[in-house]
Amino acid sequence: MPVDNGSEIRSAIEKRAVDAVFQDGTPCRKISVADVTDLAGQYSLPGYRIEIQALEAGIIPWRYVRNFRALSFADQIALLRAKVCVVGLGGLGGSVIENLARAGIGSLILIDGDLFDETNLNRQFLSQEDRLRMPKAQVAAERVNRINRSVAVSAHQHFVRSPGEDRKLMEDADLIVDCLDNLESRFVLERIAKDLQIPLVTAAVAGSCGHLTVICPEDEGLERIYGPPETAPSKGAEKALGCLSPIVAMMGTLEASEAMKILTGRGTVLQNRMLVADLMDNTIEILALG
Amino acid sequence: MANPEIQIKLFATLNKFAPENGDHYPIPDDATVADVVTALSIPKKEAKLIFINNTRADLDSLLKSGDRLGIFPPVGGG
Repeated sequence: MPVDNGSEIRSAIEKRAVDAVFQDGTPCRKISVADVTDLAGQYSLPGYRIEIQALEAGIIPWRYVRNFRALSFADQIALLRAKVCVVGLGGLGGSVIENLARAGIGSLILIDGDLFDETNLNRQFLSQEDRLRMPKAQVAAERVNRINRSVAVSAHQHFVRSPGEDRKLMEDADLIVDCLDNLESRFVLERIAKDLQIPLVTAAVAGSCGHLTVICPEDEGLERIYGPPETAPSKGAEKALGCLSPIVAMMGTLEASEAMKILTGRGTVLQNRMLVADLMDNTIEILALG
Repeated sequence: MANPEIQIKLFATLNKFAPENGDHYPIPDDATVADVVTALSIPKKEAKLIFINNTRADLDSLLKSGDRLGIFPPVGGG
């Protein structure tokens, strides 16, 4: 049973905290990965809850020390409190979860109905020769656990097909990251994000090219990129061109970056704007979608 | 006055339609995006995402000398 005893947990954290020196030379206090894991087990809480309490007491979970001061303690707490749903765990999704797990997003909902096969190996970081035919959702959850045990992960081996059915899985998410590989499901996912009134970070790739944008509930969204859903093909140029690893990893990383900025309220987000790239001639531009 | 010309960047599968003189592509006065798309034999339904000088445009948009025209086909891979 989870123990709802904030002050007891707080004093247990204080006892484990040790003096340390921050990278700029200022003294601070830290708590190690092992101590966070130990306390999480002791109090039957996910590790991120221990880490939030540590930060609130001014104690740095040392695994995140290099996030500061690019992020503030309040920013890190916002990331730890956040729940992000990543749909599609191929090339984009693998890159997204790698970044989000390391950054310390507290909860991840991972959705993909597919299994890894040999054609994934050229670009999907989660695919490995010894994981062929394994469910992408399971492999992704294992990867997150290996990177950061403090993250609460739920994995669903499931394809997103209809807004009604899939909404339930995502209803307490703060945002959705679209890492899908077809246009049809992207429109379904956008419908869900709009129904839930949460932002959708979306990227797509083909060959050496890709584009990325952030769609808020009030925005026109995917229709501005692909035209009306009924006229959009189910697959795009990737069917003819395939996808090269660098553009896939780059666009996934940029999706994670947009997610982190939305969750912390930092920086400028690509809402109503689109980043387009072609790595073959190093074109990288920001377009106004308005 | 020099003849009007534009710069063209075609993405993904449209790259195969790119003219050799894409950095200095001559256009008639009052040319639209559709005129250029037709001249380059790009299937119109493939010209999904059009932008002129970093702003979204469409097939009917007018081009003027010095414009940078970019066109994306539908792209959905992940």
